[in-house]
Amino acid sequence: MSVVSPIREHLVTGGKTHHDVTEDICRHVEAKPTKEWKIALTISILVLIYGAGWVLWTWWEGLGVWGLNKTVGWAWDITNFVWWVGIGHAGTLISAILLLFRQKWRTSVNRAAEAMTIFAVICAASFIIMHMGRPWLALWALPLPNTFGSLWVNFNSPLVWDVFAISTYFSVSLLFWFIGLIPDLATIRDRATGVRKVIYGALSLGWTGGAKTWARYEDVSLILAGLSTPLVLSVHTIVSFDFATSVIPGWHTTIFPPYFVAGAIFSGFAMVQNLMLITRVVYKLEDYITIEHIGLMNKIITVTGSIVGVAYITEFFIAAYSGVEYEKYAFLNRATGPLWWSYAAMMTCNVLSPQIFWFKSLRENIVVSFVIAVVVNIGMWFERFVIIVTSLHRDYLPSSWTYFTPRMADIGDYMFSFGLFSTLFFLFSKFLPVINMAEVKSVLKTSSEKPAKY
Amino acid sequence: MENTNKKYWKGVEELKNDIELVKNSEREFNLEGLESGTYRRDFLKMLGFGVAAVSLAACDAPVRKSIPYLNKPEDVEPGIPNYYATSYNVGGNYSSVLVKTREGRPIKIEGNKLSGVTRGGVNAQVHASVLSLYDSEKLKDPKKEGKKTTWEELDKEVSAALASSQNIRIVSNTIISPTTKAVIADFAKKYPSAKHITYDANSASGLIEANAASFGKAVIPSYLFNKANVIVGVNCDFLGTWISPIEYSSLWAEGRKVSSAKGGKKTMSRHYQFETGMTVTGANADYRGTIKPSQEGIILANLYNKLVAILGSGSALSVAKLDTQYLDKCAKDLAAAKGAGLVVSGSNDASVQTIVNGINSLLGNIGTTIDFGTTVNYRQGSDAQLAQFASELKSGVVDTVIFLGANPVYDSIKGADIAEGLKKVKLSVSVSETETETSKLCKYIATSTHYLESWGDANPKTGYYSLIQPCISNIFNSRQAESSLLTWAGQPADYLTYLKSFWNANILGGSSWTKALHDGVLESPVASVSGATFNGNLAAAVASLKTGKGIELSVFENVTIGTGIQANNPWLLETPDPITKVTWENTANISQKTAADLGLSAGDWVNVTVGKVSKELPLVIQPGQANETVSIAMGFGRTSAGKAGNTGTEVLSFLSGATSASNLWVGDVKIEKTKSGYTLPQTQTHETYMGREAVIQETILSKYVKDPKAGRFEPKIGTSDGLKKPYSISLWNGHDKKNHSWGMVIDLNTCTGCASCLVSCQAENNVPVVGKAEVARAREMHWIRIDRYYSSDAPHERGYSIGGFKEMEKASENPEVVFQPMMCQHCSNAPCETVCPVLATTHSSEGLNQMTYNRCVGTRYCANNCPYKVRRFNWFKYFENDNFDYNLNNDLGKMVLNPDVTVRSRGVIEKCSMCVQRIQAGKLTAKSEKRRPVDGEIETACSQSCPTGAIVFGDMLDPNTKISKLLAQESEGRAYHVLEELNVIPQISYLSKIRNKDEQRNSEAVAEVKHTEEHAH
Repeated sequence: MSVVSPIREHLVTGGKTHHDVTEDICRHVEAKPTKEWKIALTISILVLIYGAGWVLWTWWEGLGVWGLNKTVGWAWDITNFVWWVGIGHAGTLISAILLLFRQKWRTSVNRAAEAMTIFAVICAASFIIMHMGRPWLALWALPLPNTFGSLWVNFNSPLVWDVFAISTYFSVSLLFWFIGLIPDLATIRDRATGVRKVIYGALSLGWTGGAKTWARYEDVSLILAGLSTPLVLSVHTIVSFDFATSVIPGWHTTIFPPYFVAGAIFSGFAMVQNLMLITRVVYKLEDYITIEHIGLMNKIITVTGSIVGVAYITEFFIAAYSGVEYEKYAFLNRATGPLWWSYAAMMTCNVLSPQIFWFKSLRENIVVSFVIAVVVNIGMWFERFVIIVTSLHRDYLPSSWTYFTPRMADIGDYMFSFGLFSTLFFLFSKFLPVINMAEVKSVLKTSSEKPAKY
Repeated sequence: MENTNKKYWKGVEELKNDIELVKNSEREFNLEGLESGTYRRDFLKMLGFGVAAVSLAACDAPVRKSIPYLNKPEDVEPGIPNYYATSYNVGGNYSSVLVKTREGRPIKIEGNKLSGVTRGGVNAQVHASVLSLYDSEKLKDPKKEGKKTTWEELDKEVSAALASSQNIRIVSNTIISPTTKAVIADFAKKYPSAKHITYDANSASGLIEANAASFGKAVIPSYLFNKANVIVGVNCDFLGTWISPIEYSSLWAEGRKVSSAKGGKKTMSRHYQFETGMTVTGANADYRGTIKPSQEGIILANLYNKLVAILGSGSALSVAKLDTQYLDKCAKDLAAAKGAGLVVSGSNDASVQTIVNGINSLLGNIGTTIDFGTTVNYRQGSDAQLAQFASELKSGVVDTVIFLGANPVYDSIKGADIAEGLKKVKLSVSVSETETETSKLCKYIATSTHYLESWGDANPKTGYYSLIQPCISNIFNSRQAESSLLTWAGQPADYLTYLKSFWNANILGGSSWTKALHDGVLESPVASVSGATFNGNLAAAVASLKTGKGIELSVFENVTIGTGIQANNPWLLETPDPITKVTWENTANISQKTAADLGLSAGDWVNVTVGKVSKELPLVIQPGQANETVSIAMGFGRTSAGKAGNTGTEVLSFLSGATSASNLWVGDVKIEKTKSGYTLPQTQTHETYMGREAVIQETILSKYVKDPKAGRFEPKIGTSDGLKKPYSISLWNGHDKKNHSWGMVIDLNTCTGCASCLVSCQAENNVPVVGKAEVARAREMHWIRIDRYYSSDAPHERGYSIGGFKEMEKASENPEVVFQPMMCQHCSNAPCETVCPVLATTHSSEGLNQMTYNRCVGTRYCANNCPYKVRRFNWFKYFENDNFDYNLNNDLGKMVLNPDVTVRSRGVIEKCSMCVQRIQAGKLTAKSEKRRPVDGEIETACSQSCPTGAIVFGDMLDPNTKISKLLAQESEGRAYHVLEELNVIPQISYLSKIRNKDEQRNSEAVAEVKHTEEHAH
């Protein structure tokens, strides 16, 4: 049994021993799937199949099945892409930046957050492919040797930067996540029998648990953390360049990189919050994901939400201050034009709603946290919609001004990404340990131990 | 000879006559084992093979055979176009044209610059006519009672029936061909009871009648818009549809061109327009007043009285006083420009036209701007004749009718009577190229030919002749109308011989037939302008003016579909109406005030009721529409035009019961809302330019005369070194243009918005048609569009306050209009080029922004980043797709495709290429002749077709080209780049619009004061 520290709250409550941790986490991997899990997975797969039908239809017929038009060339496609990429920021942020900042509380949530990152990036990538007029030629966006002579990609194009940024981010995140899994996979391997032993054995790459192995593991973790840290900032910076380097009023804005990164962290944490709260209840992990965790997450949500709010106001100020008539109009139109409702939704969800977390009771209320996290993600979806659609639909020449109305395929293709995401996440939560056992064990406080150090 | 019929045995078994062998003698191989049943393995093998074979076969690209000439025709070089001069002549609308043919297929119509009538101008309908040639729904054979028949049978039966006919009528629209008239005369010689009835859907019968009464000449004179200093149009769309719009546009533009050069022309004609609905003519006028259709005559009589008062000659007419905006000013200007004014009215009411004649003769315009020496033949129809014919038909007097290309059941107000009367005739023959509402009711259809398959001639004006020659052999089993008439008249059917001998006898007068055929025209114009003496009875004319009551309906002819002859032409259907920008259907246009009074709003459908006729159609709230009027275009609502053409609402039946029907208007109209929330298939939904002076720059003549840069907006960028011109600061290195720098200059002053360039571009560049639903989703594919902006009452600076820009979105009640053709600007610092991830859009060494369709992956980033929004995405596969069942979905329709231009696949972006294929062809020709391309040798489709010459294309690097000289004159004058502050440096320049007004619009004047203040700082 543990001793209560006089200084700090415990990160893991319930007086868990190392063995308790192993039991609590491995139990879900080893036990038969529960009925709830089966139902949830079935629904996810059904959504995935329904969405996949729409995706196939989109590819078969052409992008005309969407609601886009001659003026609004991107709408839900790129909105969804940026939204998913943004969500995908939290994992790496938690595992890398919080690791470097020695935020020990992250150990309970980083595994699920990283998995979420990877799945979110997969969903984002699906929209990159989907939004292309000729998706079968997607590889042309890669600088591959080819038979076209010296034909190369356009290194001036932010879309090419995007390809590099996303693919780098995806590979580093995947590697980081997998390396982190190895000790836990070995734990499962050691407890497993039969085929499971073979599979988990292969995945654990011959982990011995020796001191040397641990030393190397920690070295690799630190190197990867170092690599990932700039990526957290760079990915969304580069995504924001898609807009910031253009000439369209409302897009051509130098504030975009920090504003996008803040927004990404904001939405990513909200998504982690949602998943964490569900996992916590379903897997009875209240001792690992404590109210303190939730409170800390909510603080970050409030901070990043406020940063985003400041960015919104700054944009307006700069539009007025710049003296550029198109810029002025673009922002007035955003707030009061035909798509004012999307702007209102964005402001309410992103800037106003997280402010309730100034109250501790609300910050530590599970239901409120969950609802606000959902609201934040809706708001962040609208933020991207506002930036993309309201800027495009009324730009320079009034003769081309149009409106945007989504059609069924827009919705269907978005549902596809939800189906994909939740299916992958449910599979993950069943077959892999949802909490990093090895790291959690290092933050367990016992009377004889000093806090673990990296 | 020895018998060599030796018998060889296949084997010893045959010799032995083995029983097994006899049994199997018919079978080549012994397949005993296989035929005894299918085994599992065999089944799987076969299945495997089958699947593999099918999938392999499916992988194969379909084989498209191209068959080389066995005997190559002498004058056809594959890949090199041939041009033939001919004449477009449909329903009295005339244009002398050159037809571009490739490997025997006509693919493009160009204007014939040798013609003194149309002077190289072509309008949208003429351009589109090449597609009507390839209409897969055209009649393919002669028909009898709706069933296919042969020519022999048809001729035999028709001739037999004609022989016993007592009362024959030949019904046609205006025929401007002297030879066709001779054929009809020959026919009438054989059948003396034959009478020729001529009518026009949009008739000038009243004008001819009035001229007969006023001047003793039942003709239409020439209107010399170029010689008039003050032009007044009263419900007269002479730049769009009235009588000879191509010719009038060109003449009108002469008086509207100004030059910023030192000593350049800085005078303009002043154009007043008083009209009901907004037309392109009204949109181009300097001053535009609104009138109800019933007020045409009254307003003219009031104008007459005002002129009498000012001039002090003539006597005032007794008419109710009626005033409208600008009428006083108009009278003053007309009186001041005595002898150099021109008043025209589109009215078909002889009384109204008599007053017009009175005004023109009072002003001394007859013989100066109105020329009775050269008369025009475009409209010869007589409403009286048609009415008499209809009643005779109904009463059963007529026993035989031959419709010569005409479709009066649809396009005349007597349609219902004629349809009923046709049941009583013994013999009815429709000589028609397509199935029409009339031909459906006829016993026989003698399928006739498209003008591009025919011989013929035209005499549009006194002294002007032109020839029609076939550019392709008959596509279907058709025969040209004249040959049919000659056959029935018992003469040789060879119309070419007939035509030649007629020309030799009557027209050529010794000059060469070959040269006339080569040039397409033979002209010996009347040298001098002559007048006529006015003898009309003005008092009687005023007394017989018709009056209107309540809301009045005005039926008008629009620029695209016209009277509906080419209604099944998808290019025309998708061409937006120049004013409303609506495609694919006609609408009920009402004014803002009337809409408010009736509780109607945009997106509504209304029921328009006149007497017992009631029709439902979508509503357009039209700025500039006269209050308490509704305007609806004719030419729509065909029922047997074809898959594409049966769209919109038929409107002539509204007029059938009215007394004023011949004048295309009727009073006492009821309008009720039926439903709302409809999205019109409009290519432009925003009406005003929001005070954006970087887009539209305009001023008034008096200011322009003082300062050629008046009205120009020159943005300055603030830097640490003070204000700088945008082009002096750049991140970019630019592109070297060593050899050529292709560019365009577009004169906003002479662009009338007629959409000729749009259809020309569509034909040249294989631009697909996307249909009504897709246009409503804002996905039309046109590479050139004509932006139409209305002025707003809100001052410019109001736009930058919350709620203020909403005021600017609203067009004025009677706005000023500006048209701006907009296509790819071929920016030198192109925003599209930097963002394409795969380098599918790049810059050429000649200043062109080029699109590589093969490389495009379709991210649409370029389209998003285009400040001019001219890039078009292929949302679907628009060819060989049943969802887009237009010309690209059938083999015949695809024959119109230009082989020099790729048909784009789905998923790629396309846009204006500045007709790079033409540039390339011109350069190659020059190269093969070891010389530089000559200015004017290379023309883009749009610049070539503009009837007013508003688009000038050329090499800006060569100082001797027209465009370089023009830019040299205008660089310190009217020339500007749209959105100059973006520093994209377009290759396209616009010349600011100059209105010949005495005072500026309020909102504009305020803005200009603001600018001068800014400059003073």
